[in-house]
Amino acid sequence: MVPLSYYLVLSGFLFACGVAGFLIKRNIITIFMSIELMLNGVNLSFVAFAAHWHVLAGQVFVFFVMVVAAAEATVGLAIIIAVYRTRETLNVDQVNLLKL
Amino acid sequence: MNVHLVLFLAFGAVCVAGAVNLLAQRHPINGALSLIAVMAALAGEYLLLGAEFVAAVQVIVYAGAIMVLFVFTIMLLNAGVEERTKGSRVAVLLGIPGLLLGSILVGWVVLRHSGTEAVAAGALPGDPKAIGQLLFHEFLLPFEITSVLILIAIMGAVVLASKPATSPAGKVE
Repeated sequence: MVPLSYYLVLSGFLFACGVAGFLIKRNIITIFMSIELMLNGVNLSFVAFAAHWHVLAGQVFVFFVMVVAAAEATVGLAIIIAVYRTRETLNVDQVNLLKL
Repeated sequence: MNVHLVLFLAFGAVCVAGAVNLLAQRHPINGALSLIAVMAALAGEYLLLGAEFVAAVQVIVYAGAIMVLFVFTIMLLNAGVEERTKGSRVAVLLGIPGLLLGSILVGWVVLRHSGTEAVAAGALPGDPKAIGQLLFHEFLLPFEITSVLILIAIMGAVVLASKPATSPAGKVE
């Protein structure tokens, strides 16, 4: 028997690592992987709460989160390929056309 | 120390190590591999929570399909080691103490004030039959909407990633 709070702390740590990677990384693919890490952290708390409250709907929501993440990854990687084709770089500091 | 706690700590250690390694590595392919380790360990955590179907989907869809897509893109674009750029010093001076303070506060509140009721492993029937019953009865409309979303994502990816025909003669490269 593992307390629910342990799962929540692990979930929060994964989410925090995702946020930190999103902010400090400069490679656009690594930034995208940090977003996936954040989604995984949230999924863990969904499953932990589902087991805690005995509501199976939490696991169905994790399923939906995975589907949306798959769609997001597909479109996002296509955008990355399009950006690389026009800018010839993956560094987000050099993709600053919209910057004032 | 019972066996569930030991397994939780083992999988959790792999998760934490992979997440920190994702931050530490400078080459994106190393980050992708550590993210795969995080996802596989999370599948173990889901099994401990009795969510068998979610654990299987996590391995197949996340650690399989999505990460293959990432690794494929990294190899396609021949991504190299990322360049370091100097961030602002205010962010470092304020951010690191703030991060430590916030994480200590959140961890203390969660560990202290949330009920210490335990999550029993395998307490919930998370097998595909129960999930399917729920998915195709109560969540039928969201399920159909996600299928439309997937279709739109496929078409969007094809449109975005295909080369634009630049020549007026319509020559497709």
